Amino acid sequence: MTWTKLDKFCLVAAIAALLALIFPLAGVDGDTGKQVAFVGDIPGLAVAMALCVIAGSAFTWLGVGSVTAGMVILAIAVFGCWQAISVLYDYGVAGYAGPGFWLFILSLWAFVWRGIDVIANFHSLDRTKQHLANFVVPVAFGVWLLFVWEVVVSGFGVPQVLLPPPSMIGERFVNSTDILAADFHQTFVKAVLSGYVMGCGSAFIVAIAVDRVPFLKRGLLPLGNMVSALPIIGVAPIMVMWFGFDWQSKAAVIVIMTFFPMLVNTVTGLNAAGKLEKDLMATYASGYWSTLFRLRLPAAMPFVFNALKINSTLALIGAIVAEFFGTPIVGMGFRISTEVGRMNIDMVWAEIALAALAGTAFYGAVAYIERKATSWHPSFRVRRH
Amino acid sequence: MTLKQVVNNVAEMPASKKAVVDIKKLSLTFQTADGPVYALSDVDLTIEEGDFVSFIGPSGCGKTTLLRVIADLEQATGGEISINGVTPHEAREKRAYGYVFQAPALLPWRSIERNVTLPLEIMEISKEERVKRAQEALKLVELNGFEKKFPWQLSGGMQQRASIARALSFDADLLLMDEPFGALDEIVRDHLNEQLLKLWARTNKTVAFVTHSIPEAVYLSSKIVVMSPRPGRIIDVIETDFPKDRTLDIRETPEFLEIAHRVREGLRAGHSNDE
Repeated sequence: MTWTKLDKFCLVAAIAALLALIFPLAGVDGDTGKQVAFVGDIPGLAVAMALCVIAGSAFTWLGVGSVTAGMVILAIAVFGCWQAISVLYDYGVAGYAGPGFWLFILSLWAFVWRGIDVIANFHSLDRTKQHLANFVVPVAFGVWLLFVWEVVVSGFGVPQVLLPPPSMIGERFVNSTDILAADFHQTFVKAVLSGYVMGCGSAFIVAIAVDRVPFLKRGLLPLGNMVSALPIIGVAPIMVMWFGFDWQSKAAVIVIMTFFPMLVNTVTGLNAAGKLEKDLMATYASGYWSTLFRLRLPAAMPFVFNALKINSTLALIGAIVAEFFGTPIVGMGFRISTEVGRMNIDMVWAEIALAALAGTAFYGAVAYIERKATSWHPSFRVRRH
Repeated sequence: MTLKQVVNNVAEMPASKKAVVDIKKLSLTFQTADGPVYALSDVDLTIEEGDFVSFIGPSGCGKTTLLRVIADLEQATGGEISINGVTPHEAREKRAYGYVFQAPALLPWRSIERNVTLPLEIMEISKEERVKRAQEALKLVELNGFEKKFPWQLSGGMQQRASIARALSFDADLLLMDEPFGALDEIVRDHLNEQLLKLWARTNKTVAFVTHSIPEAVYLSSKIVVMSPRPGRIIDVIETDFPKDRTLDIRETPEFLEIAHRVREGLRAGHSNDE
């Protein structure tokens, strides 16, 4: 067997795990002057490292051709990750991780990379299996990133003020669901949704008016452009003075932020219908409204959905930033600004995680509706065949 | 020579049939930044009920513009035109004609059936009636079975047939076709020409058909209008007397070749003017 046919990732995994058994697992405790922990004292870790050496060498020769082999590698990696976490927290290695520990993480990284690679290249005509493979890849990748974040932060003993480990954020998230739920309700359900609907809805109606009345296009578009160029931190305090501390002022900020993207996109979209199609409608003596609903609005939908997607993320950002300028004592932006002041960084991160989840879900929902509503559009057609 | 022939042809016309399109001294001038463009000048033409009239000529001769004036998609700047005795605008409001464009112009978000029912929907015809008429129209162009497909799932020839079905769906007596088969290959084109002739023979519709293919014009028409550019004008009108149920075989007959020759001569005469 030649060198090129060897599985390099498995080779790296095997060598790194072997070295991990030799090099010291943890550094020296400053107070006692002793090494914090030895591999020999931790049977689970020793087994995991040995497994990595054996499986790594075996697959270096055999190659990871099948999905089954990929699954075996991933299973070993999962066991290894569990042992690594347990060493960090149960055996006091956190903050004292030595070269042995990091070599073991390198070995796990090589296994995970190779395993995900194999599953990502999996193609099957069986749709259930294909969906499962398509689902496993991003999840495994995300979980691995969280794991790396966890071990790096804990292993090096990074101060929590700089970056807490994900487990701590997760714990805080689970223990503060009532606060998070109240903040979510205040910021997302009240401010974001209402501001989004009002901003996008009014811009849509104005776009139709602008399209109908030519002088509005000359007068309103530059005005809309100017309003959208206003800095949000200048607008937000004014809106708080106008509409009070509660969600109404945040909704107003969102309206200002979302109005212009929607207006411009809808106006452009209303001109998207071709001359030929307009002539066609003219030959049927189709009136203004009939042509609007049967031809121009459907043709504008891809543009409208673009604006809706852009605005879905803008709205959340707008609401959170606006809450920095005065809120009742609830809301995601309010929580972030106050908890930063109290050095409760894990709570700040829990809010960030919530915002990320809410923003992604909101965007995903809009994108899903788009796919259903404009399935005729060339960018989605492939899926229908 | 052309003038004499026109006079002869006019003299031979039977006067009994009803005029569907009546054009007198029609002219159309586009005002552009580079000065006026004389798209049509001094056009006189009568299209009678049941006629199949082809407009043939080089590009820029105004044949499409003339069709668009008939359809009220362009307004003439001089002369008179009436469709079924009323102005083109009134005729359009009454949905007096079906128009088939160079491209299929099917709406991509509608299935084939819903594309065909589009004019019926605009005319506020009931749902059951719409579906029934769409079925009939799709049958005429041999597209039954493709109702639920979307336009991009059909070939170019099938899309153009669907657009013809759409023009037929509301059963207008006048069919205006602007190079409907221009983008299709010869084989598909022959097939669609045959289908169109059958349709015309069966329904007795009046058809105005723009083309720049001489064989197509001669094969399909009962009357061929030869046009020349700058300014767009009619230089010859040729009547043919092939039976309505003609087949592609007539393209080999001496009469066919003779008419094709006359069309070609007319086109050549029109061209020599601007050289």
